[in-house]
Amino acid sequence: MASKLLHRVPWLLHRVGAVSAPLKYPRTLSPTLAAFASLRLLSDVAPRPLPVAATGNSPPASTSPAPQFSGSSEKFEHNAKSSSVRSSLKDPELAKFSAIADTWWDSEGPFKPLHLMNPTRLAFIRSTLCRHFGKDPSSARPFEGMKIVDVGCGGGILSEPLARMGASVTGVDAVDKNIKIARIHADLDPVTSTIEYCCTTAEKLVEEQRKFDAVISLEVIEHVADPAEFCKSLSALTIPEGALVISTINRSMRAYATAIVAAEYLLHWVKEMAGFVHNPLTGRWSLSDDISVNFIAFGTKKGQ
Amino acid sequence: MFIRKSFAVNLGGIRVRSRCLCGAAAAGPSGSIRQSNHGQEQQCSGTSIAQYDIAIVGGGMVGMSLACSLASMPLTKHLNVAIIDSNPALVNGIRINKQDPPDPRVSTITPATTSMFRDIGAWQYLQPYRHAYFDQMQVWDYTGLGYTRYHARDVDKDSLGCVVENKVLQSSLLLCIQNADFQKRIFPSRLVSMSLNPGLKSKQMDGISSEISRADLAKLHLSDGTCLYAKLVVGADGSKSQVRELAGFKTTGWNYSQNAVICTVEHASENQCAWQRFLPAGPIALLPMGDNFSNIVWTMNPKEALDRKSMTEIDFVKTVNHALDHGFGPHPTSSLLGKGNIFSWFGAGVPTSGNGGFEIPPKVVKLASERMVFPLSLRHANDYVSKHVALIGDAAHTVHPLAGQGVNLGFGDAFALSRVIGEAIAVGMDIGEASLLKKYEAERKPANIAMMAILDGFQKAYSVDFGPLNILRAAGFHAANYISPLKRSIISYASGEQRLPLFT
Repeated sequence: MASKLLHRVPWLLHRVGAVSAPLKYPRTLSPTLAAFASLRLLSDVAPRPLPVAATGNSPPASTSPAPQFSGSSEKFEHNAKSSSVRSSLKDPELAKFSAIADTWWDSEGPFKPLHLMNPTRLAFIRSTLCRHFGKDPSSARPFEGMKIVDVGCGGGILSEPLARMGASVTGVDAVDKNIKIARIHADLDPVTSTIEYCCTTAEKLVEEQRKFDAVISLEVIEHVADPAEFCKSLSALTIPEGALVISTINRSMRAYATAIVAAEYLLHWVKEMAGFVHNPLTGRWSLSDDISVNFIAFGTKKGQ
Repeated sequence: MFIRKSFAVNLGGIRVRSRCLCGAAAAGPSGSIRQSNHGQEQQCSGTSIAQYDIAIVGGGMVGMSLACSLASMPLTKHLNVAIIDSNPALVNGIRINKQDPPDPRVSTITPATTSMFRDIGAWQYLQPYRHAYFDQMQVWDYTGLGYTRYHARDVDKDSLGCVVENKVLQSSLLLCIQNADFQKRIFPSRLVSMSLNPGLKSKQMDGISSEISRADLAKLHLSDGTCLYAKLVVGADGSKSQVRELAGFKTTGWNYSQNAVICTVEHASENQCAWQRFLPAGPIALLPMGDNFSNIVWTMNPKEALDRKSMTEIDFVKTVNHALDHGFGPHPTSSLLGKGNIFSWFGAGVPTSGNGGFEIPPKVVKLASERMVFPLSLRHANDYVSKHVALIGDAAHTVHPLAGQGVNLGFGDAFALSRVIGEAIAVGMDIGEASLLKKYEAERKPANIAMMAILDGFQKAYSVDFGPLNILRAAGFHAANYISPLKRSIISYASGEQRLPLFT
């Protein structure tokens, strides 16, 4: 056991250095979407250097047992209750979302920033998924025949465009009100009425042995009590050689650590990352290499 | 007679029963419909109402160019489009006889528009018919104090523009769309009323009331009783746009106290230059059309316009030649203050066509078409878009013809809108959504307003005969003629290469 840990240390130090480097993941978007990401700003704020991570094991894909953490991993909200059945959401978060669920589709309401950011997130997803699955990016419905799950779908603001792009979408959310809103709105358009909405959690889907070509969970991981478990569940929902997209707001040191470390160091599947940058003059979001504020990451699950 | 139909209008909201949320669709929605035709509800003929992605109201040049543009892009060619225009030519085709003399209704197409036409594959249908490129342009006024001569080689291009008859443009766009693999349906009818679903509405389900912005459809009623649904209604129906009125867009603008007399004339030999002379009452423009023909656009006050329209052909030809030549004032000399004028060292070392010297336009030999008169005005819609509606072309803006920009702005709108629609489909958005349509407005409005302001400025500057102002205008002519960066910028902007008139 000790020798295994010692073996991992140089690799981990290398990864720390890698993450601190400004442009770790060169981004090449498909030409048709170059218009979206034309404002590829080089970050003049280097990503915050991560303190040396936990010298714990870094397990490979989901088939491994739960990761062992050493004492210095208190930066994760890792608690003893690592049961995979329990919902990973924190209760105050649930209540907060319940309260404003009515305004999901009001593009001028509290969710306005999300509505403004939506096309940019979709551009990233479209670009990476088309490239990974070899789909034609100039097609109007490139995800035809693909099964995608939107974990933490809220009112369906991401699920509906994905359905319009041809995917068979399943949207899950722990807040029942969100699912109801999403259902009403999706039924307005025959194209989106095929979306399957369920009030459940990723863990429960894993129990039901559901598998998807792509698992997408945007702006969720910062609300999750146990990010490591959550990432494991997401990974379990993905088919081999499937895709996994996660995004989060980098609000604090801990958020960064939570997201990056959970995703990269434990599951090390991240293939491509991009930051979101907001232009206050135009009110538009664009993709950039600056991941210090808000970022989205795409990775694939190794085949068996 | 209209039959008043009672819809299940419930402004408060509708209770939608839904049992299971996982996997089962909830009960179908319906809601209140806000009538934009003053409460009258027409009956729709036919059993089922067809649904289209986009309904283009107005099948003129700009409307058809939008349809062709959508048909040419892979992201949008799957869309189902309805074109609503009562002009029978859209269904029967436009027959053009090459032996006919040119129609007086022509448009000057900028190089930017020409390349857009090539991109959508419509230019090939235009080439067999009469069209004339011109690579030179001369602008002067009646005071004889200055002139400007533009040449395409000043910007390293082959031409400054192309003059094409409107019927040729329309025919080529129609052929383009007919030969495209594109789902379209032409409705030979007029739009009578439109129902939109603006704003938020309340929906109730299991006691949960929510404000939902409806991604619903617009409903159009046509004059022959047909109805159709569309996600997006595009108003391309000209300066008296019905769509603009029904959607409640306000406009700003004023009428110029000027009318334009338009006709085709013939010369003894080919004319290859565009000429424009500003006279006290308004400019006269002579545009080459090919085959020794030219098009005249002569702006003047309404009384004179009526006189000139009703006078005999021979007299009219005489007045035209008079206006282009010695009438109203002398010819400008090559330089204002002699050979070493103060402007000559601005363009030092760079040969410009300013050195080409002033030329007299070719004499008109005879009139080749009827004379038409149109009133001129400036009009601009305060908004171009709202939920489910977008305006393009003259429906959004009307300008003075003095720079031949009007229809080019319209084509610019059409191509910008089709690109924005393509981008929205790429990210799976609903094409009737206001946020994406606002992107189109944000792109086109500043450019259109800038152009309108400049044209209006010119119109006002040239309508005053006042000594110091005349000298200023002359200085302007000289500056444009001899300062080559300025000249390049002017040509570039007028050719559509530059979107805004800045030195960027």
